Amino acid sequence: MITDVVLALAQALVGAAGAPLLAGVLRTLKARLMGRRGPSPWQPYADLRKLLRKEAVVSTTTSWVFRVTPYVLVATMLVAIVVVPVVASRTALPFAGIILLMYLFLLGTFFLALAGLDSGSAFGGMGSSREVAVAALAEPTVILAVFALALRADTTTLGGIVERFAREPLLAANPGHLLAFAAFFIVMLAETGRLPVDNPATHLELTMIHEAMVLEYSGRYLALVEWAAAMKLFVFLTLLANLFFPWGVPDIVEPVPVLLGLLALAGKLAVLTVALAGLETIIAKLRLFRVPELLAGSFALALLSVTAVFLVP
Amino acid sequence: MALLTLDDLAQALVEAGAHGIATRDAFTVEGRLPAAALPALADRLAPLGAVCQFLAAADTRDRSGDFTLACAFAPPALRPRALALVSVDAAAARFPSLATRSFAASRFEREIRDLFGLTPRGHPDPRRLALHQFWPEGYHPLRRDVALRGEFADAGQPFPFRRVEGEGIFEITVGPVHAGIIEPGHFRFSVEGETIVNLETRLGFVHKGTEKLFETLPFERTPELAERVSGDTSAGHALAYCQALETLAGCEVPPRARWLRVVLLELERLYNHVADVGMIVNDTGFAFGHAHCFRIREELCRLNARVAGHRLLRGAVVPGGVAGPIAGAALGELASAVEALTAEFEEIARLSLDNTMVLERLQGTGRLTEQTARELQVVGLVGRASGIDADCRRDAPFAAYGELDVRVAVYATGDVWARTMVRLDEAREAARLIRAAAGRTPEGPTRVALPPLPAGSQAFGVVEAWRGPVWHWVVADGPATLRRVKIVDPSFRNWPALEYAVLKNIVPDFPLCNKSFNLSYSGNDL
Repeated sequence: MITDVVLALAQALVGAAGAPLLAGVLRTLKARLMGRRGPSPWQPYADLRKLLRKEAVVSTTTSWVFRVTPYVLVATMLVAIVVVPVVASRTALPFAGIILLMYLFLLGTFFLALAGLDSGSAFGGMGSSREVAVAALAEPTVILAVFALALRADTTTLGGIVERFAREPLLAANPGHLLAFAAFFIVMLAETGRLPVDNPATHLELTMIHEAMVLEYSGRYLALVEWAAAMKLFVFLTLLANLFFPWGVPDIVEPVPVLLGLLALAGKLAVLTVALAGLETIIAKLRLFRVPELLAGSFALALLSVTAVFLVP
Repeated sequence: MALLTLDDLAQALVEAGAHGIATRDAFTVEGRLPAAALPALADRLAPLGAVCQFLAAADTRDRSGDFTLACAFAPPALRPRALALVSVDAAAARFPSLATRSFAASRFEREIRDLFGLTPRGHPDPRRLALHQFWPEGYHPLRRDVALRGEFADAGQPFPFRRVEGEGIFEITVGPVHAGIIEPGHFRFSVEGETIVNLETRLGFVHKGTEKLFETLPFERTPELAERVSGDTSAGHALAYCQALETLAGCEVPPRARWLRVVLLELERLYNHVADVGMIVNDTGFAFGHAHCFRIREELCRLNARVAGHRLLRGAVVPGGVAGPIAGAALGELASAVEALTAEFEEIARLSLDNTMVLERLQGTGRLTEQTARELQVVGLVGRASGIDADCRRDAPFAAYGELDVRVAVYATGDVWARTMVRLDEAREAARLIRAAAGRTPEGPTRVALPPLPAGSQAFGVVEAWRGPVWHWVVADGPATLRRVKIVDPSFRNWPALEYAVLKNIVPDFPLCNKSFNLSYSGNDL
């Protein structure tokens, strides 16, 4: 019991404190790849600090939904971090599986979409409608891709999947594993608002998805929203790292293995971040109406990966 | 069709009842005309391919007891031009509208109605254009006897936008305050889902009284004002203004200055085109192209500062010639530096446009068909991207362009891609022209003193700046005082075309379409 509490706290600390750095490193890498010096990787912390100290301006037309949403976002992301195997395959909520995680994401998306509508500005509503369209297409893929792993691991709990694959690495030697990874990677781009689905760096209101919904936020509310967005990126990259490449994730919760697990995670995240930065540098944003095609493609990959489980024993 | 000549235009002027017909320069014939004869003249000129390209009013009541309209007719190439000087009775304050004959005229007339209180009879659009709703009725700031007002109270009259109704139609209002550092403009979209079914732009938020200021500013400072009409077209506007003054005063610019003016105008074209290509690819999310285009633009601006003393080329073009460091610039070195930067730019542009995802966003987006472009009388690079083969540098040459062989880039597709390609080709051509000018610019004086202006006379300066033709029409009041300066930035002519180019496109593609036009707000909201 005490181990679980300590583990939960440790995971939340790593995720919550490390997420802005991940976002910062990604930004710095992208800047370097295009020949700019770019901001320091620590910049997101400075931004959060600045925003937390600023006054929050809230439109008088908004309801409680607008003010509650930032807290809901942060809360759901903190729970998600506790549910996902970050530093050990065992998690504080061992029963938690992909379904719970999915609902956590959806809860955040639901509230954010409501908040976008709540402010009554044209852009918020536009962002909400686009976000919901993207979410509806992306979330089945998340579940399906993880099911492909769950079927082979004979468990839907995330910790169980990691443990099984870590113990029997040959299980991963299956085309379904690769297909599921590809599907999950594409859907990660959509869920975390990266290129080619959304452009996190844009200032053009009319092209935004995620940014359009949060345009009306300021001060500490904006800080929370930004922090939650960074944590979502962290959760998705950690899932990619630990679910698909579970090697180095300790199955016992003791200081030394956990520290080693942390190092392994840092290494895997570094590789994924470099890949993501490189990808975002060489591609452009898709026309909005092409996004469903991309997501349908990722769904097809996920479906194939499930099929492969049965075809390739 | 046989080539239109000055004699044809003179003939049409005579037939329409004009008197005092005179040939102003190699491209222009002018005549005086009663207001009632204006539609007849337009109807005579239309079959010849000459349409209204410029229409402005001047308050000449204290001299001749009436208002004067200056209406220039020309084909898109702006050569030859017929200038009709039309007298408008001060008491009636009305003139027959050309709005149903020429789209450009319809907009000029709305502007004249706002600023002078002259009514274009038969104009189909009664709405204001230049003045905003909070300007009181009957206040016409360009009349010379107007008491200038400093403050206005908002009358609370909303602008009557065109309304689209139907199931599932929503309105999106954007601006005038934007999320980025952009000039203010209001865009009213009617959308069906994400598809744009109607767009109306409402500009005029940066109305600064520029034209009025020409009348009161000390004469020697007016070239500085011309440079500031639109910050990115300093050389273009300064040159158009100076050419108008030089024509008025009968001043011959020294050969070296004429060549240096070519260099300045091409430097301006180059840095703007490089920046625009960067902005266009950035709007597709391809930040790599943007970062490098802006690095090259920065190098070009520094180059400008070295050779002309100012990053945006201010202070270089002056009445009677050129001034500042450009007068003694080492042109060979400049041409080499420009060629090196242009080569880098071409590489970046190729990298960007070879990217299929970028290309997919540009092609077919924001299509302005040639027919629409011709009907809306679109000018400049937007026109050339829609198949209108017109460029003053070649067709009605000024400065030293007559001695150069300018290759004009024309594309037929009229989409964002075509507008990008025109910019690429013109940037390359600018580097070539600077090299050519470096080899042919003679030594000698670079500036002569401007003789006094003959009172009451008027003249044009037309320059193909980077966006398109810039017009300055100057009416002198005394040897060094101005009665009226009318400026037409190509942005004023092209803004309405954007409303048509975006139809049936989706809302998230609007910024890309807008950026491919890249029209000036400041140059529109004088």
